[in-house]
Amino acid sequence: MNNRSTWSLPYFIFLVIFVVMPLLLVLFYAFQDGQGHFTFANILRFFSDSDSLATFALSIEVAIENTVICILLGYPLAWILANKEYNKSAVTVVLFILPMWINALMRTLATAELFSMLGVNLGKGTLLFGMVYDYLPFMIYPIYNILSKMDKSYSEAAQDLGASPVKVFFKVTLPLSMPGVWSGVLMVFMPTVSTFAISEFLTNNKIKLFGTIIQENINSSMWNYGAALAFVMLLIIGITKFIAEDEEVATEGPRK
Amino acid sequence: MKKFFARFYIAIILLVLYAPIFFIGVFSFTESKVLGTWTGFSTRLYTGLFSNENPGRESLLGAVENTLVIALVAAFVSMFLGTVSAIGIFNLRGRKRQAIQYLNNIPMINPDIITGVSIFLLFVFLHVTQGYATVILAHITFCTPYVVLSVMPKLQQMNPSIYEAALDMGATPVQAFWKVMVPELKPGMISGFILAFTMSLDDFAVTFFTRGTIGLETLSTYIYADARKGGLTPELRPLMTLMFLLVLVLLIVLNVRSSRLATKKLGR
Amino acid sequence: MAETIIKIEHVSKSYGRGNVLDDINLDIRKGEFITIVGPSGCGKTTLLRIIAGLVQADSGTVSLGGKDITSMPPYKRPLNMVFQRYALFPHLNVYENIAFGMKLQKKSEEEIDNKVRRLLKLVSLTDYEERDVNSLSGGQQQRVAIARALANSPQVLLLDEPLSALDYKMRKDMQMELKEMHKKLGLTFINVTHDQEEAITLSDTVIVMNEGKIQQIGTPEDIYNEPCNSFVADFIGASNILDGTMIQDRKVNFIGHDFDCVDEGFAENEPVDIVIRPEDIYIVNKLESVQFTGVVKSCTFKGVHYEMFVDSDNGYELMIQDYNAFEPGSTVGLIIKPQDIQVMHKYKMENTFDAVVIDSQHVSFLGSEFECTVPERFKPDDKVTAHVAFDKVDLLDYCQDGKPEGKVRFIIYKGDHYHLKVYKRGQTSVYVDTNDVYDKGDLVGINIAPEDIIITACDE
Repeated sequence: MNNRSTWSLPYFIFLVIFVVMPLLLVLFYAFQDGQGHFTFANILRFFSDSDSLATFALSIEVAIENTVICILLGYPLAWILANKEYNKSAVTVVLFILPMWINALMRTLATAELFSMLGVNLGKGTLLFGMVYDYLPFMIYPIYNILSKMDKSYSEAAQDLGASPVKVFFKVTLPLSMPGVWSGVLMVFMPTVSTFAISEFLTNNKIKLFGTIIQENINSSMWNYGAALAFVMLLIIGITKFIAEDEEVATEGPRK
Repeated sequence: MKKFFARFYIAIILLVLYAPIFFIGVFSFTESKVLGTWTGFSTRLYTGLFSNENPGRESLLGAVENTLVIALVAAFVSMFLGTVSAIGIFNLRGRKRQAIQYLNNIPMINPDIITGVSIFLLFVFLHVTQGYATVILAHITFCTPYVVLSVMPKLQQMNPSIYEAALDMGATPVQAFWKVMVPELKPGMISGFILAFTMSLDDFAVTFFTRGTIGLETLSTYIYADARKGGLTPELRPLMTLMFLLVLVLLIVLNVRSSRLATKKLGR
Repeated sequence: MAETIIKIEHVSKSYGRGNVLDDINLDIRKGEFITIVGPSGCGKTTLLRIIAGLVQADSGTVSLGGKDITSMPPYKRPLNMVFQRYALFPHLNVYENIAFGMKLQKKSEEEIDNKVRRLLKLVSLTDYEERDVNSLSGGQQQRVAIARALANSPQVLLLDEPLSALDYKMRKDMQMELKEMHKKLGLTFINVTHDQEEAITLSDTVIVMNEGKIQQIGTPEDIYNEPCNSFVADFIGASNILDGTMIQDRKVNFIGHDFDCVDEGFAENEPVDIVIRPEDIYIVNKLESVQFTGVVKSCTFKGVHYEMFVDSDNGYELMIQDYNAFEPGSTVGLIIKPQDIQVMHKYKMENTFDAVVIDSQHVSFLGSEFECTVPERFKPDDKVTAHVAFDKVDLLDYCQDGKPEGKVRFIIYKGDHYHLKVYKRGQTSVYVDTNDVYDKGDLVGINIAPEDIIITACDE
């Protein structure tokens, strides 16, 4: 008797109201002018405004750089943490998550202050540093998760078949851990594009990211243009998700 | 050698991660208005936080209170909504299950700003006056998926006949939920609650867009407004330090307890 | 005869397109130990869950003591179940598990206490009250599950494969204990299992199920000695199942010889299935005054008897059990007594499919198109019946585009060929005679040559 499946009904309704409807409203407002008529003007305005486009390009650039740095720093870290030889306690993993309990804005502000005290000029470099600082745990965690759950017999089988430790890593461990990397990418890339407060603090408002212009438009009651920008962001999310999911499926293949 | 290298790497990254927090901690013991200038050791910021004569204190503590109330309410509602829904989803099959799981993933994948802006547009569209309630609803939206996700594995581990056994023994579905399912799902529910609480506590963007114009401040929006005015309220430093220490102590206690439980279980 | 306690009438149930239960009718008498046995997926567990109220039947009624309980929720039914993997509540100890139902009924503390202790004694777990259920062995958990189910004083005890998770020795012990318990309590037990040996050992009545239908109901002796069809014969124990032809009353031909038998009432020359138990073929060293001869292929010691495979003079493989060993390679004489030959109607003579004419060269059935010669009297879109002999179906190891495919469901060795069934969800099953070896669960493609499909009108 599977009538317990009806227990999901209230949540389904909730999701429709608070997730589906709002996203449809983003579309609705994005294609409307101030008087409520259908229009492409908002979208066209974005694509013809060189300032917006430049901000957009910069945001994507920063996000890609941030994601790449997070992978390069986070993967070895996750690997060390998941490796029993180097790390025996789960406490070390908790240490990487602990800073997240301190308000992100507060931490970012402190980072900015720390930079200015050390005499570092606030700019793109400090922005990237701050981004990596904020999002690194999001990259470490999924990779760590998949590496620590990975069946040891895969790498043992590879060694048994004559692969050197380096080969084992590149031919077995790395490919099998790619789903973790991709979910890390999902958790780092999009938030970086859309962040607004962090970029403002870390560059002293010198550099605007895409999130900031969405926020400015919404806050100055220019909902339609704000919604259009949000719509552009949704498109990017869709594309990233699509690529990441495709890769996840492709790399998950051998596990099944 | 390899081991040393690995430890060194971990230590360096941890040092960088904790530097700003130590920085806040150290500068909570000086009176200076600006973070980063040392004007001699003092505990006045700490006493200021707890004394009635400090005029800035009220609004700061008000923000803390709002943050906690919102996080607690949102986490509690999410915990129950998420648990009941997880049981429902677990018993769904095929397309319906895929559809609801897909919807459940959306708030987790969407960046905060999209969640915030889209829910803001919903309230605008429905002409709902925004305030406490709207913030809590928005927080429930992005918290519940995490509860669903942490309860799901417990459902998979659970013997599916347990609920039926309770019915067979004469328990009504509601009794079976409370007496059999909840005790079994508790670990998942608690970790879901903690996750939800953390997410809500740390949220800035969603609150920012859904709090309306009634002047509702949480810690995040308070800090943001503060920073935009140029200069943080100095009392934030001791407050953050205390919060960090509280979490640290809590984690240590939990860790000791769980490792004790583990050794106790092994000993049997 | 005792009164009927559970009456099941016309119960059917399907999930999606598959029919799990197909018009089940069953009377269960009070105090009986009844076992429903069948291969996995035969619908036995669904039937038990319908009795328990955990599954709703699509149609039909279930009544208990003359009262219709078809739509009564499980928590109101005076039946209790021992679940397959026990389903003990892990957060409660032994005592609390057993007391669970009585506490819900708000029984007094003292009554609960007495009952729990009595039940613990019954299942030989005295002094285990405070134990954590997770720390118990499989057998002990099993006993707690039984005690818990008995605590509500049910009118009927339902057992869902209660012994399947135990190891061999434990299972044997628990079988005896269950039997004892049944005697002591005088309750009606309904047990579900896929283990034919357990069914025969434990029960007063055995119900053999397959594909959502009851195949045979009877005492263990009936089921073993007089299986009603080749499926039951094959399922209940190792047997020689062979194709035969009834020549006349009391005379049957199989493995190329005529035999006397005791069966009457078959049509002349009717194709039949023959069952001979391996212990019922007499094997001797002399070659004269025997019915037929054979060559021993293999001989294995099985503890009490020897199990031999013998190729008969006409090339059929037979399984024989005897207390004496015969050298592989030696020629032996073989005798089968008339009363040991069990003759059964075939459940099917050939494959018949509901088909639709496409044109004069093609028909469609099994969800695919087949080439064949369609008699001129049929027009496109006419509904017809397609006939295909068992041995005219070709199985392919791969699935061809546009051709139907299915899973091998059951396999019977018929002495010189395999008879198997290929099943596809939502389609008529295809029966195949083949010399090739397949395993249960193999995915195969189905091919039928055009000349082997015979088209007739629907009602022929």
